[in-house]
Amino acid sequence: MSPVIEARALTKRYGGLAAVDGVEFSIRAGECFGFLGPNGAGKTTTVRMIYCASPVTAGDLRVFGIEVGDRPREIKARIGVCQQEDTLDPDFSVRKNLTVFARYFGIPAARAEERSRELLEFMGLWERKDARIRELSGGMKRRLAIARALINDPDLLILDEPTTGLDPQSRHQVWDRVRGLRRQGKTILLTTHYMDEAQTLCDRLVIMDHGKILVEGPPVDLVRSRVGKEVVEVEGYPPGLVQHARQSGWTFESDTGRLFIYTDSGEAVFTVIAHQFPSERCTVRTAGLEDLFLKLTGRELRE
Amino acid sequence: MSGPAGGGRAGSVLALVGNISARSLRVWQRNRDVYFVTWKTNLVPPLLEPILYLLAFGAGIGALVSEVQYRGEMIGYTTFIAPGLLATQVMFQAFFETTYNTFVRMYYQRTFDSIMTTPLTLEDVMAGELLWGASKGVIGCAVMMVALSAFGLLRYPHALVIIPFSFLAGLLFAGLGLCFTGIVPQIDSFNFPTFLFVMPMFLFSGTFFPLDVLPRWAQVLAEALPLTHVANLMREAALGRLPADLLRDLLYLAVATIPLCVAGIHLMRRRLVK
Ligand SMILES: Nc1ncnc2c1ncn2[C@@H]1O[C@H](COP(=O)(O)OP(=O)(O)OP(=O)(O)O)[C@@H](O)[C@H]1O
Ligand SMILES: [Mg+2]
Repeated sequence: MSPVIEARALTKRYGGLAAVDGVEFSIRAGECFGFLGPNGAGKTTTVRMIYCASPVTAGDLRVFGIEVGDRPREIKARIGVCQQEDTLDPDFSVRKNLTVFARYFGIPAARAEERSRELLEFMGLWERKDARIRELSGGMKRRLAIARALINDPDLLILDEPTTGLDPQSRHQVWDRVRGLRRQGKTILLTTHYMDEAQTLCDRLVIMDHGKILVEGPPVDLVRSRVGKEVVEVEGYPPGLVQHARQSGWTFESDTGRLFIYTDSGEAVFTVIAHQFPSERCTVRTAGLEDLFLKLTGRELRE
Repeated sequence: MSGPAGGGRAGSVLALVGNISARSLRVWQRNRDVYFVTWKTNLVPPLLEPILYLLAFGAGIGALVSEVQYRGEMIGYTTFIAPGLLATQVMFQAFFETTYNTFVRMYYQRTFDSIMTTPLTLEDVMAGELLWGASKGVIGCAVMMVALSAFGLLRYPHALVIIPFSFLAGLLFAGLGLCFTGIVPQIDSFNFPTFLFVMPMFLFSGTFFPLDVLPRWAQVLAEALPLTHVANLMREAALGRLPADLLRDLLYLAVATIPLCVAGIHLMRRRLVK
């Protein structure tokens, strides 16, 4: 089957800044694909090109096999987008937000009502159907934005940071719905800077920084191959330990107060450290996406 | 969306117009739906405004000048200004819709960002805004006509032509407004076009006094203002006559409206598609 989205040397420049710098990726039907990256990495710029809101500077971008510049109406009719900022219509009630949106897709009124009800029930918002937007909590707004993105029963759902700013309960609720959609076979493109979100939702992901894709693959494989199985974290390490780590050929990294050793045999490393540098606080844990992310994008603060 | 294809200015105008479809009516419907949520308060100003003006100008100024000479004929002062009020009403409704209100939808509510994810093009959205701006002109004008008719200031059936005139005039001022929305840095900047264009037009377009009392150069200047032609059209229709030279005014409006609307859409594209 041909990919749902295919990007070749995709580039977007704003003046001198390459916000997206020659990226290549391809998204298959039915998968949940993630764009993970820090602030300003180019995630939103990439998805805006996909839903034809921003012209491509250079390279090639096909959605459903159609070049984005060619027939944007056709592409957009088959996409649902939940944008990063709140773009719900404050002039309308919850339900009216969906029915007005349905009209843009040419969905007949009766069908729009039916579909709105299904979606509000699915998103747990039916009780609030007559509420004004400003009466909703942040979590409810996000769920409504996702419901709105589903109004046309899209073949591709784009979620740009769907859980940023939500509390843990609301995040889990959104994740739960996204998993439900994935089970239904929807192709989903998700951007996030939350590791746990990417890890739990994405079949495959890319890590992006400064407009470039650094790695691509299923989250578990990426962590395994790039970081290792485990991380040994040592707090308040003495210089001698760094010396020792270097001599032992360990892969390690440090920030101001801590040393991170990436390894496939954490237990063995732990024993060595406990034995030779006994006073230090030392923990072994399973390596995660966060370790990979920080390893690739660095530990210093952004912007 | 790809930028307009090559072929220079004509090519880009064609590309722009080609991107407008019947889906722009969806945007019109959206704005109409918002308007009717609060329709009662929306209808109060055009209903009460003329009554205030007629009191001030009719009872106040009218006490000083009960009649004015207009096209070689003496007519009552209130009869003279009634169509002027209609013309200014259309201008204010349409211009303020596609300036302040469109800016709020564009910038504060991000309404256009969300609509752009649907099959509508940016040109569809802007065409919908223009049509809605013109419709606001029609609504305001029609409501005001009801009030003015109660004073017997409009002669029917001729005065009914004012309705289609108000649509055309509304489209012109909506187009003008959209041009400014395409370039202003922030919402307060609309003060400039309002005081440099709209208020002078309001006062010097043959709305409150016949233009022939002005010196020649000022008359020429006034002739260049679109509101002058709108006021001409509406006044003749209100007086129950439709002379052939109205075609000149109509032609002016038609010729001015098209480039203003195209320019407005173009400037909004330049502003929003990045
Ligand atoms: N319209 C624009 N004009 C100029 N520069 C822009 C524009 N939009 C984005 N940029 C720049 O492009 C870069 C990528 O921005 P983008 O919004 O794609 O990042 P992001 O990965 O979505 O970040 P975040 O996680 O903060 O949402 C940033 O440096 C940003 O400042
Ligand atoms: Mg973003």
